[in-house]
Amino acid sequence: MELSGGEILVECLKSEGVDTVFGYPGGAVLHIYDALFQQEEVQHVLVRHEQGAVHMADGFARATGKPGVVLVTSGPGATNAVTGIATAHMDSIPLVVFTGQVHSALIGNDAFQEVDNVGITRPCVKHNFMVKDVSEMAETIKKAFYVATTGRPGPVVVDIPKDVTDPKVKIPFEYPEKVAMRSYQPTEKGHSGQIRKAVDLIVNAERPMIYTGGGVVLGRAGDELTHFTQKLGYPITQTLMGLGAYPSSDKQHLGMLGMHGTYEANMGMHHCDVLIAIGARFDDRVTGDLSKFCPHAKIVHVDIDPSSISKNVVVDVPIVGAVKSVLTEMIELVNQAGGAKKTKALEAWWDQIEQWRGMKCLDYKWSDEIIKPQYVVQKLWEVTKGDAFVTSDVGQHQMWAAQYYGFNKPHRWINSGGLGTMGFGLPAALGAKWAHPDEEVACITGEGSIQMCSQELSTALQYNLPVKIVSLNNGYLGMVRQWQEFFYSGRYAMSYMESLPDFVKLAESYGHVGMRIEKPSDVEGALKEAFAMKDRLVFMDFQTDPEENVYPMVPAGAGLNEMILV
Amino acid sequence: MRHIISILMENEAGALSRVAGLFSARGYNIESLCVAPTHDESLSRLTLVTSGDEQVIEQIVKQLNKLIDVVKVQDMADTAHIERELMLVKLQAFDAVREEVYRLADIFRGQIIDVTESSYTVQLVGPGNKLDAFIDALGSIPVVEIVRSGALGISRGPRGMLVPEV
Repeated sequence: MELSGGEILVECLKSEGVDTVFGYPGGAVLHIYDALFQQEEVQHVLVRHEQGAVHMADGFARATGKPGVVLVTSGPGATNAVTGIATAHMDSIPLVVFTGQVHSALIGNDAFQEVDNVGITRPCVKHNFMVKDVSEMAETIKKAFYVATTGRPGPVVVDIPKDVTDPKVKIPFEYPEKVAMRSYQPTEKGHSGQIRKAVDLIVNAERPMIYTGGGVVLGRAGDELTHFTQKLGYPITQTLMGLGAYPSSDKQHLGMLGMHGTYEANMGMHHCDVLIAIGARFDDRVTGDLSKFCPHAKIVHVDIDPSSISKNVVVDVPIVGAVKSVLTEMIELVNQAGGAKKTKALEAWWDQIEQWRGMKCLDYKWSDEIIKPQYVVQKLWEVTKGDAFVTSDVGQHQMWAAQYYGFNKPHRWINSGGLGTMGFGLPAALGAKWAHPDEEVACITGEGSIQMCSQELSTALQYNLPVKIVSLNNGYLGMVRQWQEFFYSGRYAMSYMESLPDFVKLAESYGHVGMRIEKPSDVEGALKEAFAMKDRLVFMDFQTDPEENVYPMVPAGAGLNEMILV
Repeated sequence: MRHIISILMENEAGALSRVAGLFSARGYNIESLCVAPTHDESLSRLTLVTSGDEQVIEQIVKQLNKLIDVVKVQDMADTAHIERELMLVKLQAFDAVREEVYRLADIFRGQIIDVTESSYTVQLVGPGNKLDAFIDALGSIPVVEIVRSGALGISRGPRGMLVPEV
């Protein structure tokens, strides 16, 4: 079979089992679009801005575990995609992003819509390629999917000059069955000696703490983690990225840790004697002041990425490997050891934890007059039975979503944790809904974030993606305002949003349903009404308390035991 | 502490910028960097000199290994090794100074590779600290320019850097 570069690209996507490409056409990718147009297996979702395309593919990837695929044109198409690529990179999300490039003969000539895509994306991808000749196309795409989805996943950019997809140049096509790269061979299986050493430490712990992150979700190791944790009976805390891998409603779960984590999780971290870190990377929002971090603990760290280990915190037992494989081995050794040994000490530890839990750090003041944002999230949980896919943007609403929507399943909580990208929520929700048309998908957002990608409301109509937008509208860039209140003596520089659009009309103008909710007593009814409209995108504009802050809080530079409670 | 790190990379376009970009993005310092092809034309070998405490060097090695095009990384400090660097020094040399430069070059086993009425150019090979010592020994002799290749390192003994099998 003789095919052109554009046709080869499409055939490669089929071979990889890709059913959807999120993208936006332009001059440099017209040959590829022409090839896509002439077949039906691979669908294309036309976005309204390339950033939206990448976030959509990202939401799709997070909701399914499959790689997301993006196609954008050269120059501004590619630069618009960069924020999305960097977002995926920080959270280790597998994406393959095809960027168009000007004709090979024009590269370096400052040609129309030319930019050095490989250079611009280099620091925010797992790897990138330029296809210099159509004969390299199939192998490069094979490598791109392999690199994106194996080891610690991440986005891979494939830059394709226009002449490489010239329909007049056809070559024999065969998709390589396997790929082998001598320079890239990720470690899956952990070192058995290290695992034994770790388990010995773990079963003899007196004040243990399990701390897990996004690696458990990405590594599809939720079941193993749950089994491991329940077998030991130890307390567990999950990072923002890890939520859902272990059921939040379980008694052993202490909630999220870190800057806006629970009192019991952070105190547990500070006082533990053995810390079991799994698929987490000791991010600064989690550790607080490193010099005060877990001062009494021996630390076991399981991660697939060797460079995550001992990067911020030097650990005692490093284990490089896939969390699923390592946890499976650990469970067996824990069983052989007969589970946790220090039962007396553990009882005392749990007593202490229950005391901390008794502080009820997530309680907030109720109001009959003004809607409390936390209450909206709690009601959303009830109305969706805690089973929705929930995406968020970035800021206060993101933290409230993480704190008050108790995720019990992995892949359901979708947010930009690492890069903190405002504008992520709506397109990510559309990607999740595309992947799971029969599931409820909610986007928790704010009036600031939603305006960074609101153009995708148009995409939602075109492809009938009836997500539910829960906007916690407090008129402020809330997290900025909170920091200004705490640390800048209440000088609210540029954090107040004037001239907001009428979001009800905005939603309606895009052909959707808009609601404005002003009273606490209307919250539940509005949510029920919205979720009853199965086929409609509903934009719920909740007028929430402008002065509400996210508590508890570890101020930047403090230790985890130095929290501000309400 | 100063470390010489040897890197075997796939001989692809942009390989050097991946390494240089990594160092600038993560704030590691590069004292010198040297790149050239090897006997295996699919590979290029980079040698870089950096400094940092143990934890920083460990991260540098890990981050280098994480680059997809990097085939092999070796911190030369972990093994018995030989370090060599080439330096060319152009000096103003009049009258009595000519004799002094000639003698110094001899002491340091250097060669004079270019001569004019007013200048000498000395070529010197050795570990970095020997080259530094030569510069110190020049004292008040006026230097016109110095060009150094950056350090190269190779392990002692019969074994070379192993390329992993596919």
